[in-house]
Amino acid sequence: MIRSFGLIDVMYLVSAARWTVALTVTAFAGSALLGMVLAIMRILPFAPLRWLAATYIYVVQGTPLLVWLFLIFFGLPLIGISVNPWLAAAVAFSVYGSAFLGEIWRGALVSIAKTQWEAGASLGLSLAEQLRHIIVPQSIRIAVAPTVGFLVQLIKNTSLAATIGLVELTREGQLTAAGTYKPFAVYITVAVIYFLMCFPLTQWSRSLERRLDVAR
Amino acid sequence: MKYGLQFRDVFAAWESILDGVWITLFLSACAMLGGLVIGVACAAGRVYGPPLIRRLVVAYVEIIRNTPLLVQLFLIFFGLPSFGVRLDGLTAAIIALVINLGAYTTEIVRAGLEAVPKAQIEAGHSLGLSGLQVFRYIVMYPSLKAMFPALASQFVLLMLATSVVSQISVEDLFHAASIVQSRTFRDFEVYTVIGVLYLGLAFAFRGLFAVIYRVAFVQR
Repeated sequence: MIRSFGLIDVMYLVSAARWTVALTVTAFAGSALLGMVLAIMRILPFAPLRWLAATYIYVVQGTPLLVWLFLIFFGLPLIGISVNPWLAAAVAFSVYGSAFLGEIWRGALVSIAKTQWEAGASLGLSLAEQLRHIIVPQSIRIAVAPTVGFLVQLIKNTSLAATIGLVELTREGQLTAAGTYKPFAVYITVAVIYFLMCFPLTQWSRSLERRLDVAR
Repeated sequence: MKYGLQFRDVFAAWESILDGVWITLFLSACAMLGGLVIGVACAAGRVYGPPLIRRLVVAYVEIIRNTPLLVQLFLIFFGLPSFGVRLDGLTAAIIALVINLGAYTTEIVRAGLEAVPKAQIEAGHSLGLSGLQVFRYIVMYPSLKAMFPALASQFVLLMLATSVVSQISVEDLFHAASIVQSRTFRDFEVYTVIGVLYLGLAFAFRGLFAVIYRVAFVQR
């Protein structure tokens, strides 16, 4: 029997969006953790670490997210970890996101004038102390706007988790479209929900960017 | 239980994989050309057009940039038939990719156009250049040069993003992977090979864009 597309379906879609949010938050946490390591590896005065991080970023940014999702979804069982779409998606998005965040944050770190490093060194701070007390606090201000922009990308990219069967907003949309046979209404609703999540963040990122420009 | 990786079955299916590479290249080329045309036109409308056009372009860019490509694809492929517009997968994919890339390109080109000093445009007019000539030589050329790196990386991202068209069963590289996977059950091996191929394509596109940049913008 074919149901009609009504308010109850819209409610279902809205409530499925919380899994999109949950996946985004998980993925962002993973990406941030790995991305921080990568960004710092990229600026360390030790070439092999820099090359390692650069190669990682080059490879991940040169392959589609879908490939990572499937590689990890099918690859984890090979090393004895049971297949769970959530775990696979969280790992894949962290791998993918960390390459982008690592590159964004590296940019913020290197944008701090070299004299700041030197000033720290002349005060007798170690490399780690220079990073922690002088470089990172200043670069955070620069990094916030593009990081929020990246968050928008991440929200949109979580839609790909639907392909490995994780029921988030897009997958719920597919299921609803199959049940009600009203694909246009369903996908417009899905698109509107994504828009309502992403647009405020886009605007925020933009206003942060403007504020930074004024400060200069 | 120990699992041994076996790539033989995957390489045996090289013909299907190669077909997929061509479709991916074809889709990318169409999307890049279409996206560039839309991007330049919309950016010009956004910067120089009347208020109504400006607002329309802003709406287009914001709607596309704040919704996932996958949903846009589903909307065009599964949604439009409700209005009697029935598209085959490849056409729907090209339309969705062009619309999507067009929005990103518009933003990039707009930033380039806005960076051209007004005095330069006035200088062009005072030299007797026509409006179109001013747009081409004084506005477009330097701003495309300045924006080329951003455009190139957006285009490479788009090439990688074309993999989602496999979800409406367009037979691109990623779709070839799922076919080989279902035939051989060598999932991990298949996606490794496909990943390496995408990496090669990304490498090739980056190289191509570097060459284009050198030919178009450096040796003059």
